[in-house]
Amino acid sequence: MADDIKPRIRVPQNPKKGDVLEIKTLITHPMESGQRKDTQGNTIPRRIVNAMAVTYNGKPVFSGKLEPAISANPYLSFFVKVEESGTLAFEWKDDDGSVYTAEQKITLA
Amino acid sequence: MTNDLAMNRRRVLVGALGMTAAAALTAIAARPAAATPETAKQLLQTLAKGEPKEGRVTLKAPEIAENGNAVPVTVSVESPMTDKDHVKALHIVADGNPNPGVASFFFTPLAGKCEVQLRVRMAQTQKIVCVAEMSDGTLWSAAREVKVTIGGCGG
Repeated sequence: MADDIKPRIRVPQNPKKGDVLEIKTLITHPMESGQRKDTQGNTIPRRIVNAMAVTYNGKPVFSGKLEPAISANPYLSFFVKVEESGTLAFEWKDDDGSVYTAEQKITLA
Repeated sequence: MTNDLAMNRRRVLVGALGMTAAAALTAIAARPAAATPETAKQLLQTLAKGEPKEGRVTLKAPEIAENGNAVPVTVSVESPMTDKDHVKALHIVADGNPNPGVASFFFTPLAGKCEVQLRVRMAQTQKIVCVAEMSDGTLWSAAREVKVTIGGCGG
């Protein structure tokens, strides 16, 4: 369950050149804050997604640094202005060193 | 004999009292050091140095959040997002969580519009503060209090 980490991305349909698109992202992740305790009273170690970055055709668009105050299954939405067709590349970084990636093609009408 | 019994009872009582005292102490020690408006301000100073002016930043959050585990927050900044004039960074802090930091976002002119939506954990009723750092170096801020019915930090 905890290791079932899956990014989800939603982009608007039929984008046109020059549109500012709202990109919605969600990644299933426990975002364990490091504050909680298990039934024995031991602190559950912190494990969160601490960074996220997005590029469009290799150029950076948006990035974020996340703290434990972000909810489990972190949802983020932001905007991208599209002047050409291309690929949005997403990257999330986990405290344990793993990197999760996703891609979304955008084809302009 | 009766004396012995009384002694035992006293010992048991004292022991029990001591135990509760110890439990109370560990409970206090275990409680994480909470952020205060001061620590939140200090953190903002390390993230974006300077005195932010109020305005340009719009912070949307529910007035009353029933569930502190996921409070939807939308932050937008008025900016043309051109190469010359855009939002470089957006820092969000909250002053009632164990740690004041929430998130920092970084934008480029490619974004076209500076708006971000996220979900925040809130341990109790508290104020969220956003500071936007523009490409010309000016800082703008907005703050909002959210009342939380059920805290969302576990424990």
